[in-house]
Amino acid sequence: MPAGDMNRGTDRFAAVVCHDLVVRYGDRTAVDRVSLTAERGEVLCILGPNGAGKTSTVECLEGYRRPVSGSALVLGLDPWKEHRVLVHRIGVMLQRGGVYPMLGPRRALSLFASYYEHPEDPDALLDLLRLREVATTPWRHLSGGEQARLSLALALVGRPEVVFLDEPTAGVDPEGRLAVRDVVAGLRERAVSVVLTTHELAEAERLADQIVILHRGSVVAEGPPASLASHAVEPAGSAGTGEEIVFGAAPDLDVAALGSAVGAVVVEESPGRYRVTPPSEVSATAVSAAVGAWLAEKGLALRDLRIGQSLEEAYLTIVGTSEAESSTFAQHRGRRSRGWRAPGLRSRWGPRRRGTRAGRS
Amino acid sequence: MRAIAALRPLVAQVEAETYMTLRRGETLLLTVGIPVAFLVFFSTSHVVSTGPGPSVSFFAPGILSLAVMSTAMVSLGIATGFERGYGVLKRLGSTPLGRSRLLAAKVATVFLVEAVQAAVLVPVGYGLGWSPPGSGAGAALGAVLLATVAFGSLGLLLAGVLRAEVNLAATNGLYLVLLLLGGMIVPLAKLPRALASVARVLPAAALSDALHGSLTVGSVPAESWAVLACWALGASVIAAGTFRWE
Repeated sequence: MPAGDMNRGTDRFAAVVCHDLVVRYGDRTAVDRVSLTAERGEVLCILGPNGAGKTSTVECLEGYRRPVSGSALVLGLDPWKEHRVLVHRIGVMLQRGGVYPMLGPRRALSLFASYYEHPEDPDALLDLLRLREVATTPWRHLSGGEQARLSLALALVGRPEVVFLDEPTAGVDPEGRLAVRDVVAGLRERAVSVVLTTHELAEAERLADQIVILHRGSVVAEGPPASLASHAVEPAGSAGTGEEIVFGAAPDLDVAALGSAVGAVVVEESPGRYRVTPPSEVSATAVSAAVGAWLAEKGLALRDLRIGQSLEEAYLTIVGTSEAESSTFAQHRGRRSRGWRAPGLRSRWGPRRRGTRAGRS
Repeated sequence: MRAIAALRPLVAQVEAETYMTLRRGETLLLTVGIPVAFLVFFSTSHVVSTGPGPSVSFFAPGILSLAVMSTAMVSLGIATGFERGYGVLKRLGSTPLGRSRLLAAKVATVFLVEAVQAAVLVPVGYGLGWSPPGSGAGAALGAVLLATVAFGSLGLLLAGVLRAEVNLAATNGLYLVLLLLGGMIVPLAKLPRALASVARVLPAAALSDALHGSLTVGSVPAESWAVLACWALGASVIAAGTFRWE
């Protein structure tokens, strides 16, 4: 994609600032005094289980929703009052839908391109998101992953300075996830800011410069992924009080031998994935060096060594294990994809009923 | 230059809306197929007696009214309802297109489709022996314009408050009621007196009266103008106030 617009570097406003944002539906408070900031070119990830207030927060920033109190500024503009100015400079990917069911990627992109003064070339976006082969396939016949990629392409077509992606990887196939990751990385390089929501830790960990964890409408933790991972308290019952080490290597290592060699407890958590718990008085850095040496001696490769908790552990600790589990991964995704399909999207009657008229007899 | 730049999204939107409207088989059936079939069938079969003169001179204006209602209320309303259900309207809300240009594009598309309908129905009518007086053309156009606003607002009113599937059923039901009470196929004089007096204040009968008047004797009864104007004003104000974009 061509480089972004020129005045970005000179703009003194942060991409997104919100302060004490409150959103209520009736007497239920969905967002409770949320404050967050995303600088230019930064990827801010709003992480949280279902119903945490992620979408409500983002909708305030997109100008869809007016907060009860608190303030939101996007590129220095009020998303509600200055919506008409702001829409030229932001790109939005809704959590679901948002595209004419009858339009294929090429037509949809050309149409959206016409709304902007200096749009991206639709063909370049078709290539970027690998949609060229389905360029003329109506949206309703695209796979879930293709639909997500088209929604993402539509968010980019106006060359936005800030992009809002609401659950861009939910219900998306691995290829789609990869595309989203590539695009987000590319946007960061061009100093485009990205605000994305997800309930999936792995996505947040991979994509974000800054993570804000929302829980029941409030910010419970924030910071770069690494700082969040070490922020949480040690799970009860695990041996030692020092930091743990996690690494990957060939499966079926002799963990007892390794453990005695490095002076720590080593467990193979899953094939090829190991966790080392050093005694509290020993530094994790020294132990990890010993692990590396032991493996090198045996001619084995060491992968993904990390000291401290993974974000996943931190997230579960922060949000509360039972609640996070009930809203993440397969279970949640299953519910979501049914949500997409329930109105008949992929069912036999869906495409005819939606966007069109069923038999009138 | 700025004015031209502002038109570009509008033109693209009209193009897309027209493409989608004319690509939907059901829409074509509703807006062109059924009216043509009704016009030919009723003008040649004499199942409904229409008094003196060739029956096409009653059915051609009646079916033109039906065509306007099909496009402005049913086709527009149902498509918009599904667009709302699909989140399309919400998504457009965060683009620079804007509500006024979206609405303008929808109105323009309705008029384009009506032009296509007229281009098909009028020659078919002439083929069946219809010979309307030229003097009524202006009044007929004015009545179609007003009725398009009234029916379009009604369609959007339902689409703006009902769930897409419920809107589909409600709009189709309303279409059927207005078809029967609209003096389009069954002359109002044949309805029971009480029903006919209800029918006279509905926009369907007002439009068909206006077209019967203008395309038969060349003039429109004042009552039809009044009823059409009231519906156009009332429905558009209520639709504007109640329409939900999400």
